[in-house]
Order: sequence, then C-alpha cells, then structure tokens
Amino acid sequence: MAAATAMRFGQLSSGSDMAPDWTTKEVSTGTTIMAVEYDGGVVIGADSRTTTGAYIANRVTDKLTPIHDRIFCCRSGSAADTQAIADVVTYQLGFHSIELDEAPLVQTAANLFKASCYRYREELMAGIIVAGWDKRRGGQVYTVPVGGMLVRQPVSVGGSGSTYIYGYMDSNYKPNMTKDQCLRLVSGALSLAMERDGSSGGVVRLAAISETGVDRQVILGNQLPKWSTTGYIPYCLSKGLEIYPTV
Amino acid sequence: MTKSTRQPRTKILINSGMALSNVLEIPTSGFNFENVARNVALEGLLEGGQTKTPKPMKTGTTIAGLVCKEGVVLGADTRATSGEVVADKMCAKIHYISPNIYCCGAGTAADTEKTTDLLSSNLTIFSMNSGRNPRVVMAVNILQDMLFRYRGQIGASLILGGVDCNGNHLYTVGPYGSIDNVPYLAMGSGDLAALGILEDRFKPNMEMEEAKELVRDAIHSGIMSDLGSGNNIDICVITKQGVDYIRPYQESEYKDKRQKRYKYGPGTTSILTEKIVPLELEVVQETVQRMDTA
Repeated sequence: MAAATAMRFGQLSSGSDMAPDWTTKEVSTGTTIMAVEYDGGVVIGADSRTTTGAYIANRVTDKLTPIHDRIFCCRSGSAADTQAIADVVTYQLGFHSIELDEAPLVQTAANLFKASCYRYREELMAGIIVAGWDKRRGGQVYTVPVGGMLVRQPVSVGGSGSTYIYGYMDSNYKPNMTKDQCLRLVSGALSLAMERDGSSGGVVRLAAISETGVDRQVILGNQLPKWSTTGYIPYCLSKGLEIYPTV
Repeated sequence: MTKSTRQPRTKILINSGMALSNVLEIPTSGFNFENVARNVALEGLLEGGQTKTPKPMKTGTTIAGLVCKEGVVLGADTRATSGEVVADKMCAKIHYISPNIYCCGAGTAADTEKTTDLLSSNLTIFSMNSGRNPRVVMAVNILQDMLFRYRGQIGASLILGGVDCNGNHLYTVGPYGSIDNVPYLAMGSGDLAALGILEDRFKPNMEMEEAKELVRDAIHSGIMSDLGSGNNIDICVITKQGVDYIRPYQESEYKDKRQKRYKYGPGTTSILTEKIVPLELEVVQETVQRMDTA
C-alpha cells in the first residue's frame, strides 16, 4: 500500500510534458571511472561530467573522493547517493582508524562501502570503485557495483562509459606495469570512453596513490590523447582534403 | 491505510550515532507520507468535480552567483508564479542564512523558504554556542543531510554563497542532496540563458563592479528568455567587511501604474437590510478567582 502510494505520488509530481527533463530528472554522474593497481600503488581516473537528464549540471566535477589519507573512491551513479555514502564511509573509516591507532586497510574501506550499498540496495543507485595503498597488501582495487557486490580486481572500469572500453582495457592491461604505463593506460581508456559516451566528458582527472602520497593531475580537453578517429574534420582541413569526398 | 513498519532506512544511513551539536533536535526517521496519501485522495475526489487542487507556488526563477576577488555576488529575479499566474511580483529569493552567508532558492517557494529558515535557525544556535560565525561548508553539509533524507520530495535547488575564514565560497545543493562547489552558477528555469552569459564573460578574481554587472546581465538574460522569471533584479554582495543586499538592484522597465486608489472608505457600500438575531446564552457555571494585588 505504501509502495502504491509512493508510485502515484511520483506521477503527480512528474510535471507537464512541456517542462524540459533537466527540471525533473535526478542529478546523475553518467561517467567513466577506472582504477589500475601497480607494484607500489594504484592509479585512478575519472571524467568530469555530471548530468541532469540532457543538461550538464557540472562540467568540472571531481569524482575522485578521498576517504582516507591513502584511500580514494571513484563515484558513478546518482550524485546525491554517492556523495552521501562517501560521507558516511569517511566518518566510519576515520573513527575506525582512530580506534586502531593506525592507517586503515583498503579492504576495510571497501567492505564499509559494500555494507551500505548492499543494505540499502533498493533505495540507492551507486557504482563505486575503491582504490588505495596500505602497508599490508600494497596497492589494491576493489569494485562495488550497483547491487552491492564486492570483488577485488587488478584493473576495473565503471560507469556508463565503461562498456566502450572493456576491449581496450582487456587487451592493453599487463601485470607488473610501471606507474607511468598505468597513467597512460587510464588516460587513454578514459579519453576513448569520453569520445563515445554522451554522459562522459569534460576533463580527465587522475590520481596516483602510493606510500609516499597522492599525486593528482588534470588533463584538459585539448591535451587528451588523440586517436585516428578523433577529430576527423580537423585532420582533413590540415591535409587540405575534402571533408565529404565525392566520387 | 497501513503505515510502513520497516526500519527507517535513511535515518540509519545518515544518523550513524554522531551527536550533532548544531541542530535543534534529532530529526524523526524517514519521510512521513501521510500527506501524500491525503493529497492523492483529494485529487481523486476533486477530479470528478469542478474544482482542482491549487498548484503549489513555484518560484519559476533565474538565480545566479559568482565568486570574485573580494567576495561573492548573488543575484535573483523577483517573480513567483502559481501555474500561469504571477503570484508575487516582488518576491525575495535571496534568503538570509547568517551574517556572512546568503542563499538563493529555486523550486517550490514554500520548500526553499522553510529549508533556508531551518538552516538559519540551526546556524544561529551554533553561533550562540560557539561564539563564531558559521562556515559555508557547515551550512552546505546541513542542507545536504536534510535534502538527502527527504529523497527529493523537498523541491529546493539552492545556491549558497558566503565569506568565511577560509575564503569566498559558492555551492549549489540539488533537491536530491547532491552538492557542487564551483566558481560561478545559475539555477532555476532560466538557468540556461543565465549560464550562457556567465560562461562567456566569467574570469577568475574579477573586480566587484564588473562582477555585479555580470550577475545583473545573467539574470536579465534569464528574465528575457524565460517565462517563469521576470520583474526586478535583486543583488546581494557578500564581502569580508559585510553584506550589501541591494533590493531591487534594477527595476523592471515594464512596471504598470495603478490608475486609481483602490481603497474604499467606510460607507461606500450602502446597507439595504439589517437583521439582528440575539444569541440566547445561559450561564452554566461561574467561577471567581481573586487576584492578589499588592
């Protein structure tokens, strides 16, 4: 009965058909997020687009959220839900770390995310990648997709743009890469996803987490890696070719 | 109608045992949907009849804000609509939160009013307890907590701007509880028009006069291009030295002038008949209490 009431209420407040969808849709992070582990740490990356329906609410979003000194999470799904979960886990992990009197494990952070995401799975829409460095196991990547599963992977992608880069990730990831190779892999994969996915775009935000600290970078739109199919029109113009060649 | 007997979920998610010294009371769990059921029932009753339930007053609105060198400039139009009628031509959309923080609200007028009122009260209590001016992040976190707990049912999109010991800040809080921290913003039904102006001319660390003109132009563009925004433009400038709330910064050139005075003195309407019906009351009980007067 309560569910039926809630559904009807949703219909009441949906607004007329004349209103554009960005007045009624929830803010979603659309997104492409990625994390790779290497010997000595992890490299994480995300795009920077937040959408409400077809409108880009924020084109410079930071989806890489610090949870603790050496633990970050990459957020995808509903902006409100992921921000709330990240806040809750930050608090819980901080408290836990003070009790322990030492830096928390990445596995602990990942389990805290899983606990919230699984318990409230009906109410939430959140796909999160937890990545960081700890003393016991070095660099680790854990993925907590929608629904609340938890699994550790050496490399993980998430968000709506991830579907376009599974092939790139599978064929280009090799175990025991260096930090710079990882950075190139992540920035390459993200730029490909941003090319193809409408809900991903803006700039690429990267972070490399290791024992010594967190090194953050931003790659602006014009500095993104270029592929052979990117910018076909500028290529034609620079070579003096016709853009639409006629037979 | 049975109320749900499940454990209140969002309460556990948010209120994880931490004492919030700044709030008036710990909020009761979840969202009470009883009024929702009542409204649905009313709609059903009235649908067949002649009357329709009144539309909630939305502020239509163009609001904008930007961070400049000396502080934060917030701007808003002054039209409040109820359906297709302008309900209030001089509505104040820039709300006071604390001496150093102001908030523009778009969405349902009642929701933005009450939410900002609640926030302002909470922060006043905090100020009294701690003897400090509240910080903008604190206001943002309280708002985010509250709006997330209500799962988007509170239709309030807010732009918060303020100056505190950590600098000049501008945040937006969405109705579902998501926040964004950006140097310039526009919200409301006229936001696309206003954002076009802001994207074109915004520069970091602008001078105050230039910033005020830019915000004015952004709101003006929203007023021109959006039916839900109109009338005058309010500007609020917040700096370390204080707040300058200019209401109105610019009046609409389409003001109408009242042709006559519409107040009527007593005796304007003639009385045709008069009938007096005395009410028969009988005294049932009488108690006398003496007051001690010194």
